[in-house]
Amino acid sequence: MSLDRDTVRKIAFLSRIEVADEKLEPLAGQLSGILDWFEQLKEVDTDGVQPMSSVTDAVLRWRDDVITDGGIPEKILANAPEAMDGFFTVPKVVE
Amino acid sequence: MTSLLDLSLAEARDGLRAKEFTAVELTDAYLGMVEKHRDLNAYITETPDLAREQAKAADAALAAGTAGAMAGIPVGIKDLFCTEGVLTTAASHILDGFKPPYESTVSANLKKAGAVMLGKLNLDEFAMGGSNQTSYYGPAKNPWKAEGSDVDLVPGGSSGGSAAAVSARMALAATGTDTGGSIRQPAAYCGITGIKPTYGRCSRFGIIAYASSLDQAGPMTRTVRDAAIMLGSMAGFDPKDSTSADVALPDFEAALTGDIRGLKVGIPQEYRPEGLDPEINALWDKGIDMLKAAGAEVVDISLPHTKYALATYYIIAPAEASSNLARYDGLRFGLRVEGKTLDEMYAKTRAAGFGEEVQRRILMGTYVLSAGYYDAYYLKAQRVRARIAEDFRNAFKTVDVILTPTAPTPAFGIGANMDDPIAMYLNDVFTVPTSLAGLPGLSVPVGLSSTGLPLGLQLIGRPFDEETVLRAGDVLEKAAGFSAVPSLVKG
Amino acid sequence: MSYIIKGETGDWELVIGLEVHAQVISNAKLFSGAATAFGADANTQVSFVDAGFPGMLPTINSVCVEQAVRTGLGLKAKINKRSVFARKNYFYADLPQGYQISQFDLPIVGEGEIILDLPDGTSRTVGIERLHLEQDAGKSVHDQHPSKSFIDLNRSGVALMEIVSKPDMRTPEEAGAYLRKLRAILRYLETCDGNMDEGSMRCDVNVSVRKAGEPYRTRCEIKNVNSVRFVMQAIEIEAKRHVEVYESGGDIVQETRLFDPNRGETRSMRSKEHAHDYRYFPDPDLLPLEFDDAFVEAIRVTLPELPDEKKARFVETYGMTGYDAGVLVMEKETAAYFEEAAKGRDGKQVANWLITTLFGGLNKKGLSITESPISPAQLGQLVDLVNDNTISGRLAKDVFEIMLEEGKDPAVIVEERGMKQVTDTGAIEAACDAVIAANPDKAQDVRDGKEKLIAWFIGQVMKATQGKANPGMLQEILKKKLLG
Repeated sequence: MSLDRDTVRKIAFLSRIEVADEKLEPLAGQLSGILDWFEQLKEVDTDGVQPMSSVTDAVLRWRDDVITDGGIPEKILANAPEAMDGFFTVPKVVE
Repeated sequence: MTSLLDLSLAEARDGLRAKEFTAVELTDAYLGMVEKHRDLNAYITETPDLAREQAKAADAALAAGTAGAMAGIPVGIKDLFCTEGVLTTAASHILDGFKPPYESTVSANLKKAGAVMLGKLNLDEFAMGGSNQTSYYGPAKNPWKAEGSDVDLVPGGSSGGSAAAVSARMALAATGTDTGGSIRQPAAYCGITGIKPTYGRCSRFGIIAYASSLDQAGPMTRTVRDAAIMLGSMAGFDPKDSTSADVALPDFEAALTGDIRGLKVGIPQEYRPEGLDPEINALWDKGIDMLKAAGAEVVDISLPHTKYALATYYIIAPAEASSNLARYDGLRFGLRVEGKTLDEMYAKTRAAGFGEEVQRRILMGTYVLSAGYYDAYYLKAQRVRARIAEDFRNAFKTVDVILTPTAPTPAFGIGANMDDPIAMYLNDVFTVPTSLAGLPGLSVPVGLSSTGLPLGLQLIGRPFDEETVLRAGDVLEKAAGFSAVPSLVKG
Repeated sequence: MSYIIKGETGDWELVIGLEVHAQVISNAKLFSGAATAFGADANTQVSFVDAGFPGMLPTINSVCVEQAVRTGLGLKAKINKRSVFARKNYFYADLPQGYQISQFDLPIVGEGEIILDLPDGTSRTVGIERLHLEQDAGKSVHDQHPSKSFIDLNRSGVALMEIVSKPDMRTPEEAGAYLRKLRAILRYLETCDGNMDEGSMRCDVNVSVRKAGEPYRTRCEIKNVNSVRFVMQAIEIEAKRHVEVYESGGDIVQETRLFDPNRGETRSMRSKEHAHDYRYFPDPDLLPLEFDDAFVEAIRVTLPELPDEKKARFVETYGMTGYDAGVLVMEKETAAYFEEAAKGRDGKQVANWLITTLFGGLNKKGLSITESPISPAQLGQLVDLVNDNTISGRLAKDVFEIMLEEGKDPAVIVEERGMKQVTDTGAIEAACDAVIAANPDKAQDVRDGKEKLIAWFIGQVMKATQGKANPGMLQEILKKKLLG
């Protein structure tokens, strides 16, 4: 399985990581190498095996519906690179 | 003061209680070492003022008889644990200036138990790496050097700063986190003890996530007993983490009876691949003999899917990471690189903020989850993961604990393997399967390589049976009598 | 009922499916302990979990689970005792984690149905595909600054139920009826307040067109349409666009569009045109959501009577038409008002008063049924006063108007203003005598056969008695006096 530049560009966009054009090719090579290495998994017979997304058999615990948090806008905003009037701010989004 | 630094956590605890010295004295001794060996780059942030303040409080608690299990013990905290009001970086540029307004459960538990925080320890960026070389703050260095060589070695990773600090007496103990071997492998490289507990034993709340289904915190210490004591203070059920296990917390130290007669120890043949360093093989055999001599019964077992663990891990972990790291977007905390549009701001911020390896894993993780590839990679890996876990379940039907090497090699030189991701990934070959199965794994230093570098063996146990793992580890440690220290500690 | 677009190439049928996001009524958010109340100052109802801070983890709110199951039961749907939360990955300014925790291939509720009551008296069943729980995003405010968007995360993490219909609707009216009915069911269940103005119920509309007998064609999704009326308009406009595109030889591309009610058009959302790939995968921070039959049954026994059952009972018990019953049950408050007012009375008569008079009165004053100045008991009393001949039907309307203004009991109003019907024969005879005496010519005309003029006499006597004369008695007395 090998990746081309366009695919790398596409996943870089999905990941929101700017990748310079001249880096696309080397990255494609590296990632393709890793994908080739993944091919070995095809050898494993996994017919009828349930995908394992958690190591525990436990199920979700539920919490009570009580208000225990919030009311801390100054703490929420304290680390923001930019904030105004109690809001986070970003470059204007045009719909 | 040197004598204070030679004490294990257990000895220091007893000395503090016997009023042989104060927590302030102990802390000052360690702060001196933190300063002295700053060139090892083990700490990203030092917190001496906070440490002295906490030491004073510990002395007061000791005097009042209200001291907790870790009272006055100077520890370093891996900089992946959020610490309230103290810079927390995950060794990443993208978290520039981030001071969490909250404390991780594990570090809060340690605080509650009276531990003194010396500072925040270096690591691979977002815990992604096995050599501490991906840190934005530069690599931490292994205090050990090969005999007759002056080459700087890696301390392992991702908890490289933690291992280096404990090894170099810059902390009496440290917290680590382990996703695929990040506690055990650096412990082995630096000649110290480290345990990754069962997944769910320690709360993940407030620990910066790498791969949520694998991440587990654990102690990195000088001895197995120290690990047992510290784990007791770190662990425990936490309702704030949905994956935290609501199980009783045993007295781990009490499990160290020294008696492993009749214990069935499994030796998986698959961990002896062709081409394995003969030194590692020999060390392993030595470990087997030690346990046998102590009365354990050694049983050959098979973990047939072992060889697929690495590829499985390097699909699952980056997949989860690609999603976990989406929150670093320049909006609410950390670095922002301005852009004309929102997307441009994201892309520039994340390109500047994440290092090369982190970017590579995000891209890989994004790819394996993307439409058309999800089944072939991610879902397949989850199925193989189930088979790997099944291997262990089968093995534990006949054995109580499994003994393997911790890492395939001793520590290597800084700069090696940097251009070859897969070669770097191979360092995790013996630790990753345990992580995928969520089992407890302990690394104990057992001997030195021909070049005088520490080597460790790994003990793997049943889920939530850290007690057996620690008991066997304690016996192995005593039999090995590993007493070597890096030369910089000697001098 | 059919709705066909007559194109140049033939008749086109509409295919409509709706995705409704209904905000769950709960005190705290789905995965954090922050409050959910509407209208708070920016970022004051935000926890570090909601803001996606490093190391923060979700824990699930039990009431949100209950509410989803309750809603599922109300939609007569399959309840999945095991469901899984998945992450939907995308970047947006108001999505702090960079993913939305939602449910993908294993939702908490499976297939169900909603019965639509259409204005022509027929009903129609629309299938529910699924209902799943998910987090709401925050809010972007674009009009506060020339070059910045402002982000408020108060809504971030509030529990939503996404309720997806099957593509079973064929007319804009059906879509409107579906939304109204779904809203009614949610409000009966008290799982969502159904307030579209405050955004606690939002609707995405999927529209396509096809010729009779064809398989489905490409659909477009119109995002965030925020009223029933707009949903119906958007469907009409979008369907016409499809027909025009097809008939001019073009093709419809599957895309997300925005409805602009001012311009009466839908347009492509360019910012969303980038190929989306949500990369759903099970959220490793959460374990599977499981519960047992006992949990479901415990909720089932607390279910209220729902609109369909109530409607059937009204028709059965009060003998009213299905249409009237449907009107009364649409809001549970109206149904409750009606039942209170109808207690011990003729339900049909009370329903009539409610639908024709009270609704109009409240409408004029811009009040809802719960704000009605006339209590159910008072409306009932008014009906009683008509029935026992205390007031005439005509005066009752006046009494009603006064009640609406003053909120007093009808008996008090009648008493205070002397509006009691005159049933005293002597008084009515005297009034008749006076009118006849004053109009001898007209009286003669009646006697000569112009019996229609009796109505005129009735009017005159009513006028003289300020409308209080009992109309039946008056007519009888007048006839006797004029015609013997």
